Amino acid sequence: MVKRVITGAHYGLKDWLAQRVTALVMALYVVVFVGILLVCPPQGYEQWRSLFGNQFMRIATFVFFISVFWHAWVGVRDILMDYVKPTGVRLGLEIAVVLVLVGYAVWAVQILWSL
Amino acid sequence: MIASQRPKYLDLIGIRLPLPGLVSILHRISGTALFIFAWALLYLLQESLRSSESHAHFAALTGHWLVKLFLIGMLWSFLHHFFAGLRFLLLDVHVAGDLAAARATSWAVLIASLLLTAILGVRLW
Repeated sequence: MVKRVITGAHYGLKDWLAQRVTALVMALYVVVFVGILLVCPPQGYEQWRSLFGNQFMRIATFVFFISVFWHAWVGVRDILMDYVKPTGVRLGLEIAVVLVLVGYAVWAVQILWSL
Repeated sequence: MIASQRPKYLDLIGIRLPLPGLVSILHRISGTALFIFAWALLYLLQESLRSSESHAHFAALTGHWLVKLFLIGMLWSFLHHFFAGLRFLLLDVHVAGDLAAARATSWAVLIASLLLTAILGVRLW
C-alpha cells in the first residue's frame, strides 16, 4: 500500500517547476528594477511614487509579488514537510502560511492600486 | 515503515558540513527570514508610497539604527538567497555540477552576497 499524507508534496513536478519559474520571474524583475535605480534614481517622494504609478511598472510589480508569494509557499511548505512531522500540526501551519500569503497578496494589490 | 530503518547520523556538532551544504542550509535560513519578515518589508513599501506624510514616516523609520541593522540583515538574506538560487538553477541544467566547480560556485555565492551586503550596507547607512 502506498502511504500518502494529506500534507504531502502531491508527488508531482508542478511545485518544483513553479518554484523555478517564479524564481526566474523575480530575478528578471529585480535586475530590471536595480537597473532603473542605477540609470535614473528617483529623487524624492513624487518620483518614487510615479515610478510605481506607471501602469507597466505597477503590473510588473504585481506579477513580481505574486511570484514572491507563490515561491514562498513552495519553499515554506518544503521546510514544514522536512521539520514538522505530526500531520495535524503540519496541516495547521500550512493553512496558516497560505492565509498569510493570500493576505500579503491582497495587501500588495492595495499598496499598488491606491497610488 | 521502511524509512525508519535507514541509518541516521544526526549529531549536528559532529557533522562537518561541506561547503555546498553550507550554501544550501543558508538558502533555507535566508528564505525563512525573508518569509518571516515579509510583513515589515511590505509595511515599509506601503509607507514609502502612500503619501508624502507617510513617506516622511518611512524616512524616519529607516533612519533608525535598529531598522538599518534589520534591513542589512534582510539585504544579506535576499542576496544570499538570490545568488544561491541562481546557483541551484545552474545545477538544475547540469552546469558546474562536479565537485571542484560546485565548491568554486559555493565560494562565489558566499563571497558575492557578503561583499555586496557590505558595500551596499555601508553606502546606505
